[in-house]
Amino acid sequence: MPGEHFVVAPGWAWYILLYFFFAGISGGAFVIGTMLRLWGSAADAAASRLAFIISFPLLLLCPILLTLDLGQPFRFWHMLVDVGTGVPAFKAYSPISVGSWGLLIFGLFSFVMFLAAVGEGGYLRWRVLAGAGRVMGSALGKAFMVIGAIVGFFIASYTGVLLAVSNQPVWSDTWTLGALFLASGLSGAAATILLLSHGRRDAAVTDGKLMLADRYFIILELVLIALFLITLGGVVSKVLGGGWILLWLVVLIGTLVPLVAEWRPALLRQLPPVVVPVLVLVGVLALRAVIIFSAQA
Amino acid sequence: MAQPVGFFTDTTLCIGCKACEVACKEWNGLPDNPLEFRGSYDNTGQLDHANWRHVRFVEQTTKSPDKPIAWSMMSDVCKHCANASCLEVCPTNAIVRTEFDTVFIQQDVCNGCRDCISACPYGVIGFNSNTGTAQKCTFCYDRLQNNLKPACATACPTQSIKFGPLDEMRQTAATRLATLHAQGMSEARIYGDKEYGGLHAFFLLTDKPETYSLPSTESAVLPSRNNIPGYLGAVVTAVVAAVAGLIAFRRRGEAKP
Ligand code: SF4
Ligand code: SF4
Repeated sequence: MPGEHFVVAPGWAWYILLYFFFAGISGGAFVIGTMLRLWGSAADAAASRLAFIISFPLLLLCPILLTLDLGQPFRFWHMLVDVGTGVPAFKAYSPISVGSWGLLIFGLFSFVMFLAAVGEGGYLRWRVLAGAGRVMGSALGKAFMVIGAIVGFFIASYTGVLLAVSNQPVWSDTWTLGALFLASGLSGAAATILLLSHGRRDAAVTDGKLMLADRYFIILELVLIALFLITLGGVVSKVLGGGWILLWLVVLIGTLVPLVAEWRPALLRQLPPVVVPVLVLVGVLALRAVIIFSAQA
Repeated sequence: MAQPVGFFTDTTLCIGCKACEVACKEWNGLPDNPLEFRGSYDNTGQLDHANWRHVRFVEQTTKSPDKPIAWSMMSDVCKHCANASCLEVCPTNAIVRTEFDTVFIQQDVCNGCRDCISACPYGVIGFNSNTGTAQKCTFCYDRLQNNLKPACATACPTQSIKFGPLDEMRQTAATRLATLHAQGMSEARIYGDKEYGGLHAFFLLTDKPETYSLPSTESAVLPSRNNIPGYLGAVVTAVVAAVAGLIAFRRRGEAKP
C-alpha cells in the first residue's frame, strides 16, 4: 500500500482515547439492547433496559470529551454550522463531520430509549415515561430501536474510519480500524452490561446469553486484530515495537481470559465474577490506546 | 480577476541563508524559535505553527574523502495542493481555497480539532496552543491582495524561490529543467507537476523526493481513499455481529417479550 508520508502527529491523546472508548460502549450497548429486544425472551427485557439505560449517559460524555480536546472549545458548534454561510456544515468524506451529525442523531435515539427504559422499568413513576415504556414493545418502538441501532453501529465504528481517513502512518495503512473498533466496542458493551447486572436478579438471567455474545464479539475482534496487523505490512513494527507490546499484552489478557473463562469455567472458578468483564473493559481501552498512541509516537 | 499563483523553488540555487525564513517570520509576526543546537545548521527543524518556511538542510554522507558530507538545501513551505488533503478532511470548512487558488486556514473559523494535521502528507500544519488553532503558510494572502510578492520570494537573494502566475512558473521550471539536463544533470527533476493534482509550490530537485522528506508520486494519495474501505469493513462486521447476536440471544423455548 502506498504510504510513505511525512505527517506530523495531531496530538490526539487522553480525551480522544476516552471518547473512542465511551462511544464504542454507548453505541454497542444500544445495539445489544435492541438485539435482546428483537430476538430475546421476555426475561431478557431487564438486561435490554439496562443496556439502554447505560447507553445514553455514556454518550453524554462524548461531546464533553470532544469539546475539551478542541483548541477552541467554544467553537464546537462550527462542526455543525458553516460559519461563513450559516447553513449546516456537512462533508460526507470527512468522518469528523459525519460523526458530529451521527452523535447528534444518536443522542436523540439513545435519549428516547433511555426514557422508555426508565419508564418501562418503573424507576420513575411519571405517566409520560410509563407511556413511552409501553411503546417499546410495539412495532413502532421496535422500528425506532432498529434505526437507532444502525446509528449505534455507526457511532461505535466511525472513530476507526476517522483515524484511517488521514495520511498518518499505521492509521491510514489499513481498512480494518472501523471494523475493529466496532467489534471491541460491542465486546466492551456486553462486558459493561454483565458488570452492572451483577447482583440484580432480574437482569442476571441474561448473563449466560451475554457471555456467549461476548465470546463471539471477542473472536471477531481477534480476527480483526490479526487482519489489522497483516494489513500494516512493514509499518507493523511501529505498533508492536518498543513498550507497545505491553499494551498488546493487556489486550490479549482482555480477550483470551474471557474466552478461557467461558469455555473452561472450571479453570477460573476461583475468580470473583466481576473480574472477567473488568479485564474485557481494560482490554478494550488498551486496544484503543495502543492504536492512538503508537501511531503518533 | 485574480489568477492562480505559484512558487517555483529551484533547490540548485539555494545557499541555505534562511533569508526567506526570516522574512516570513517578520511579515507574519511569527514567534522566535527556542535557542538550542539541534546537531545541524538546520536549526529550524520542521515546519510548524511558528515556522511557515523551513530551509531544509539535507545532509548525506558521500564516498569522497575530501567531502564526506554533502548538503542539499531546499526551502520548504506549504505546497498549496490543488487537491489538498487538509482541506478535504477539515470538518468546519475553516480551510478554504482563495481566489488565487491557494489554500488558506481561516483563523476565526478553525476550532482546533487538528484533523488537518493528521492529513497533510507534508507535515506542514502546526497547532498554535496560544490561539488554539491550526496554522501554516498563507501564501502571504494579505500581500497578494495588495499586489505584493510574498515576503519569502521577495527576500530570496539567489532567485531560488520564484513567484508568479502558475502557468508562467511551470514554463520557467520546464526551461530550467531542460537546461540542467543539457548540462548533464540527469538526476534533476520537477516535483509537483502531478502530485495532488499539481502543487502551487513546486520544486526542482536533484534527488528522489523522499530524500527531501517529500512523498513519492505513488505515495501522494488523499485521505478520502480510505472512506469506502473503512465503512465497508465496518458494515460487514456489523452484519457478522448481528448474526452472532441472533445466535446468542435467540429464544430457546422461552416466552416472547
Ligand atoms: S501541503 Fe499540506 S497544508 Fe499545504 S495545502 Fe497541501 S495538504 Fe494542505
Ligand atoms: S484544526 Fe482547524 S483547520 Fe484543521 S481540520 Fe480542524 S477545524 Fe479545520
